[in-house]
Amino acid sequence: MRTLLRRQRYLLDYSLSSLARRPGKHLALLMVYTLVVFLLASTLLFTQSLRREAALILADSPELIVQRLIAGRHDLMPADYLHRLGQIRGVSDAYGRLWGYFYDPAVKANYTLLVPREEPPTPGEVRLGAGVARARGLGVGDYLSLRSAQGEPFSFRIAGLLEAQTELVSSDLMLLNAEDFRRFFAFPADRFTDLVLRVRNPSEVRKVAEKIALTLPDTRPILREEILRTYDALFGWRQGLVILLLGGALLAFVIFAFDRAAGLSAEERREIGILKAIGWETGDVLRMKFWEGAALSLTAFLAGYLLAYAHVFFFAAALFAPVLKGWAVLYPDFRPLPFIDGLQVATLFFFTVFPYTVATIVPIWRAAITDPDQVMR
Amino acid sequence: MIRLDQVSKVFNQGRHNEVRAVQDLSLELETNGVTVLKGPSGSGKTSLLAMIGCLSRPTSGRIHLEGRLISNLPERFMTEVRRATFGFIFQRFNLIRGLTVLENVMLPAYPLAPEPRELRDRALALLRQFRLAERAHNQAEWLSGGEAQRTAICRALINSPRILIADEPTANLDSQLSRELLALIGELADQGKGVLISSHDPLVFDHARVSRVVELRDGRLA
Amino acid sequence: MPLSPALLALTLASLTQAGLLLVAAGFALRILRHWDLNSGSERQLDLERRTYLVATLVAWVFGANLLSLLLFIYNAEQLSTQFVGAMCATGVLNANAWGWPALYLKMALFFAGAAWLLLNRVDNQAPDYPLVRPKYALLLVIAPLALAEALVQWQFFAGLKPDLITSCCGALFGPDAQGVAAELVGLEPATSLVALYGSGLAVLAVGQLYRYRGWGGRLFALLAALGFAIALAAVVSSVALYVYEHPHHHCPFCLLKTGHDLVGYLLYLPLFTATALALGMGLILIWRRVPSLAGVIAAEGRRLVGLALLFFSLFYGVATWLILRSNLVLLGPG
Repeated sequence: MRTLLRRQRYLLDYSLSSLARRPGKHLALLMVYTLVVFLLASTLLFTQSLRREAALILADSPELIVQRLIAGRHDLMPADYLHRLGQIRGVSDAYGRLWGYFYDPAVKANYTLLVPREEPPTPGEVRLGAGVARARGLGVGDYLSLRSAQGEPFSFRIAGLLEAQTELVSSDLMLLNAEDFRRFFAFPADRFTDLVLRVRNPSEVRKVAEKIALTLPDTRPILREEILRTYDALFGWRQGLVILLLGGALLAFVIFAFDRAAGLSAEERREIGILKAIGWETGDVLRMKFWEGAALSLTAFLAGYLLAYAHVFFFAAALFAPVLKGWAVLYPDFRPLPFIDGLQVATLFFFTVFPYTVATIVPIWRAAITDPDQVMR
Repeated sequence: MIRLDQVSKVFNQGRHNEVRAVQDLSLELETNGVTVLKGPSGSGKTSLLAMIGCLSRPTSGRIHLEGRLISNLPERFMTEVRRATFGFIFQRFNLIRGLTVLENVMLPAYPLAPEPRELRDRALALLRQFRLAERAHNQAEWLSGGEAQRTAICRALINSPRILIADEPTANLDSQLSRELLALIGELADQGKGVLISSHDPLVFDHARVSRVVELRDGRLA
Repeated sequence: MPLSPALLALTLASLTQAGLLLVAAGFALRILRHWDLNSGSERQLDLERRTYLVATLVAWVFGANLLSLLLFIYNAEQLSTQFVGAMCATGVLNANAWGWPALYLKMALFFAGAAWLLLNRVDNQAPDYPLVRPKYALLLVIAPLALAEALVQWQFFAGLKPDLITSCCGALFGPDAQGVAAELVGLEPATSLVALYGSGLAVLAVGQLYRYRGWGGRLFALLAALGFAIALAAVVSSVALYVYEHPHHHCPFCLLKTGHDLVGYLLYLPLFTATALALGMGLILIWRRVPSLAGVIAAEGRRLVGLALLFFSLFYGVATWLILRSNLVLLGPG
């Protein structure tokens, strides 16, 4: 056992010195390899953090949202439905929500207007998402002027800005008072945008949803877990698609790696011939070459992953956030919480190190079977 | 004792450029003293040396080393025999560029994985013996011809082989260096190493230390 | 089919594995037909050189398979959010008929690969390579296995329709459920624990017997295979309960989650390693009378059994530790 480990150490030593003796040849490969890992890791880390962020936000959202449909279109919810839903067994709390969208021609962007249930702003005041505040160049204490649905000018004092923690969804948010909301949009007094139900026991959610569909056939219950699932599937799809798109790059990398491994210089060929002649066995050369590949892969993998980690978590994925986030005009200034996920590292490994090794097996073997008596010919 | 029975070596078998390097050769060789395989280039001496030294396998025929059949061993086992029995000195020194003299000398021992310090001491002792101690940490490509040849001898000796095989060892040396080399080889023979040399250099096969000469022509005994 | 990266990676990996093993199988056919160690012909030399390539390929496939086994479970775990009622990997594997077969085939490939590599290792220690033919014949069996694994896994992934209702852990392992899983759960914890320790003792005892007396080797391999099955059943029916401290949570995969201190690795890695070593050694023993191998097999067999015993002890130790540290009481004093 000791001899076995020591032999590996000798072989590793030799392969490292062999790498160091030809920095030029390996540098190009190392750079391409690192770049491939970096690209893939960035995509995976970024979409994964979007997914996590969404899940974190949805974690405190209500179990059930009920919308009214007329002719298959989303319609306003009559206030008296609230009472009837509150009666359903298992529902611990029910309330109506007021929210909507507003297009601000001044910055050519959509805002989301929402009446918060807890601590709504006093009439005449609003709290703004960071994106809106940035776009309008406003701070706390300034006044935000908007033209209402009826064309009247409205002016709100900015009482506060929303925390940046969840900026992904709050960026375009504007929180205001229920009265202001109804006046601003000329919203009917006996209606809500939709209703929200809290169900304490998670196993009853489906039952409650079924009952709603029975008692109020013109409504549509939406489950939180359904939203989560949709998000998950959606982000999974996006990741998959990006990887398929990167497939071409990956293939190019594999061909490049094969070419590098197959195209041994005369000098390297001679060197392997000498090793074989002075007493190295095919297996020894194979193992030595394997260590060489392992050293390269490890370096490229670590470097690529660390670069991607910094890119996504410290530089907010500056390179391709606009493509992957696909938000409206108000880009959230998104700083995801750093994390490392085993599944992801394993997946990444399969997309980079795995193809690299496959591409180099045959060339390495070819080099290793060099005839030991070749140096004498 | 090395015994060859009807040994042949064919290259590019069955193709139009087939070459019969060695043909039906039978021979017995003592392993002590200095033996020279003599013959013009293309006479098959290098192929024969490679087969005896377990670098390649005969296409047909048998080779026994000290009574053990070695000609049908797969590469894995042939390498083991080779490592334990033979040390090689090549015509073009064949040192690895970019490595130091010391590393070059230690290289054949890597697959055997001895204790690192012990290996280093062994290598340094050999280098001292061959007046290369101050060169130990120089790169191999900076050596003069004589130094390179002596480094190659140290490398051949690192695994303490019983038999030394030298393929045209004087081809790249001037007469002065060739004589020095032959003196060194003589000393090794005195220490009990068997030496097998292939050469067509009269300086070699006329040397006083040579115990026997085998002459080859066209892959057969001449 | 959900298009997640892990899923693409698994598909890519299994197709490559199958492809490489098919190449190796093609070569195996040539070996079976032309191998002649006494010849020094160029064809024979070429065949010998290619055996190095095949061994490398198989070793590689084996490593990739081990990794993909883990990735497969992680992936199922993560997909579980996309299926109504699937609370963990078990639910996802139940999503269609191909989930469990895919997992079993992966495990079979793992054991087959390990056995082949051990066989190869032994064969390489005898100068006449006496096992060349059986070895390459075995490769002809393993290659279709890899192909089947790739196809079944593909069927499993293709058949995954997110949103379809799958039975969750609770429902799958509930009393009305049918099938092997349900029967495992139906097993009384007491029965399964007695079987676990009974088989454990038998394995350890016979293993020691082989190490010191040199007989009972094949019985050991057989007992190890049995012990492996019993161990898995015991994990599902009782050990898992102790870990989760919940009398109805049977899932064998949640053990691998961080929430449970990753104890799953401590259980499964030793168990699988030990079983692979024991099975490989059972296979090798078939040739214990080949003259050039007798010494090698005797030495190698003792080493393998020693290692297998070490890993089995580790597994039983960890299982016992998990049961003892648990606050759950399944077996009352009365």
